[in-house]
Amino acid sequence: MSGVQLRGFGWRHAGRRAWAVRGVDLRVEAGERVLLLGPSGAGKSTLLSALAGLLPEDSGEQEGTVEIDGLDPRKGRERVGIVFQDPETQLVMARSGDDVAFGLENRGVPASEIWPRVDEALRRVGFPYDRDRPTAALSGGEQQRLALAGALALRPGLLLLDEPTANLDPAGADLVRRAVAGALDADTTLILVEHRVAEALPLVDRVVVLEPGGGVRADGPPETVFGAHGAALAAEGVWVPGHPIATRLATAAPGELLLTADRLGLPPRLGPVDLAVRSGEALAVRGPNGAGKSTLALLLGGLLRPGAGRVSASGELAGPDQHTPPHRWRAPALARRIGSVFQDPEHQFVTSTVFDELALGPRRTGQPEAAVKATVAGLLDRLRLARLAAANPYTLSGGEARRLSVATALATAPRLLICDEPTFGQDRRTWRELVDLFADLRDAGHGVVTVTHDPDFVAALADRTVTLERS
Amino acid sequence: MISIEPVAAPGAPLARRNPVAKVVAALVFSFTLLATLDPVAPAIAIAVELAVLPLFGIRYRVLARRAWPLLVSAVGILVTLVLFAADRSGRVLLDAGPVLVTSGVLLTALGLILRVLAVALPGVIVFATTDPTDLADALIQNAKAPARFAIGALAAFRLVPLLGQEWQMISMARRARGVDAGRDPAAKLRLFASTAFALLVGAIRRGTRLAVAMDARGFDAGTPRTVARRQPFTRADAVLIAVAAALAGSALTISILLGTFRPLLG
Repeated sequence: MSGVQLRGFGWRHAGRRAWAVRGVDLRVEAGERVLLLGPSGAGKSTLLSALAGLLPEDSGEQEGTVEIDGLDPRKGRERVGIVFQDPETQLVMARSGDDVAFGLENRGVPASEIWPRVDEALRRVGFPYDRDRPTAALSGGEQQRLALAGALALRPGLLLLDEPTANLDPAGADLVRRAVAGALDADTTLILVEHRVAEALPLVDRVVVLEPGGGVRADGPPETVFGAHGAALAAEGVWVPGHPIATRLATAAPGELLLTADRLGLPPRLGPVDLAVRSGEALAVRGPNGAGKSTLALLLGGLLRPGAGRVSASGELAGPDQHTPPHRWRAPALARRIGSVFQDPEHQFVTSTVFDELALGPRRTGQPEAAVKATVAGLLDRLRLARLAAANPYTLSGGEARRLSVATALATAPRLLICDEPTFGQDRRTWRELVDLFADLRDAGHGVVTVTHDPDFVAALADRTVTLERS
Repeated sequence: MISIEPVAAPGAPLARRNPVAKVVAALVFSFTLLATLDPVAPAIAIAVELAVLPLFGIRYRVLARRAWPLLVSAVGILVTLVLFAADRSGRVLLDAGPVLVTSGVLLTALGLILRVLAVALPGVIVFATTDPTDLADALIQNAKAPARFAIGALAAFRLVPLLGQEWQMISMARRARGVDAGRDPAAKLRLFASTAFALLVGAIRRGTRLAVAMDARGFDAGTPRTVARRQPFTRADAVLIAVAAALAGSALTISILLGTFRPLLG
């Protein structure tokens, strides 16, 4: 039941040259449901932070005004609830009920009202456990529903959702969206940021598109906005419905054997698995949460010692180390043969610039400096990172960090590439580039293994699928 | 993996006491014992500590597992003193070249070990029987600690177990990048330092995100907080503190009466 009014609003974070968001004029009436769209870097998250009153005056420079029910959001904080992307860093307490109660305590709600309101909020989001359930024992989807309950218990007039399902598997994401649909009061205003438009549409009645250079590009009912701007938005990376992506399946039969897993397992994380990877083949590994997909990726990548069974590399892949399992190879030899891309790109960054990050692998494997420079230049260009060569890897956006982490694995030209959820939370443009990149590698005779929840990615790329069961 | 969860049966009569009362009782008990350097008072104190253990709902086996760093430090003290003690008086028990073990050395070592155990055990017992959430609540409600500090520390504490997994992931990611130390100790040290730095960067970024999420839910916004979980401070809690003081005092008294008392000061 809160209304929002922005007049010429802009924000520049302290120490940055570019405005994160600028020139936004927008009025949202109480009870409206708005999907906020825009290409990566259009300032959607900054706008939500401003509406939530989370941009302290001394943390940057403001232009224009932003008001919630006529108030500065910093002074009207009790009117606004917000749920962020990362479940792990939103929960404060060790027990689920205590976490919902946390906000109520902060707002000074009388003790006698706290627990009835906690129970009501948990019921509204369909939380399946009791209050004492440890927050650490919840799945990502359950944690996000708990975070939603924590926001709703405060009865906000305006609810802000900043890509709440980007880090979740499809089943978990679906439950969170259903919780949002079911839990909102009719008069609660909703502003949602989400790449995956098709899934978000049932929740909204209005779409606002931010222009990366500043201002609002389009504003109106979904069908009108997508009718006029759908193709442009799709090209810029928004997942607009009705714009399918071309598939890239293999055109030739797979080549020689690269890696074999024989009753491979790591109890209790992974039960026994048999599989073989060939060159010129893209293999997808699927399965529910807890089936051990990430563990399998680490075992195949020679990064974990198997608890049972074994991994053997063929002569083609292993060279002189044919009789040693990959987990006992020296790291430079491993990096030349098998590349691993981790789920969280930040785990992989070792140096302080994008250039050095790409040069690290080739240098460690003993390439001459001229060859290193050529390799790095090629990758920077191929993955649209050239203008970021001097940037610190930790300052990149999600899509840039993902592209860099894939590029670092490719820098040593490994024969086999193993990726863990490479498309998680990616916009349509990066997603399409990853499909093309992996398909090109496969067609050039590399083997590609991806562990993924993403059915579209499997359909677009995978020549073969292995499905794991929960062990 | 460092365990931080309470291990006691939650219904045990002393485990149920107010967390602040338990902390104060442990501090009173430990600090009183610091007053003496003799082995008798700490020996009595350890006997008392072990005797009250069932009242806290801790099994001896569980305590041994939880207190293993203490036992390791006890062994460390013994080895250090045997090798380096200046005072080598008393009967010679073992003469093996540079290692000269005398009864005086063993007595000094024994006294030190008993002191370390007697002073540290109360803390181990308190944290083994106290839920971190309850402790934060009690610190705010009974000890008037600022919520900003107590809840902030509690939230940070919740992220600690993640650091172990994080370390493993960073190490594996480095190996995948072609970075390993092999047998070179200097390279090992550099790798350790750079992994630790990556862990720190990750921890700070997570901490920042958590702080923003707490901010968004009105934490420390100037509104007086209410409490969802009452932590009553009852007469039984006051009695616990008084008894802890009395027991520690008795241990000192016995030591004085036996003539073994050696004051820390003077």
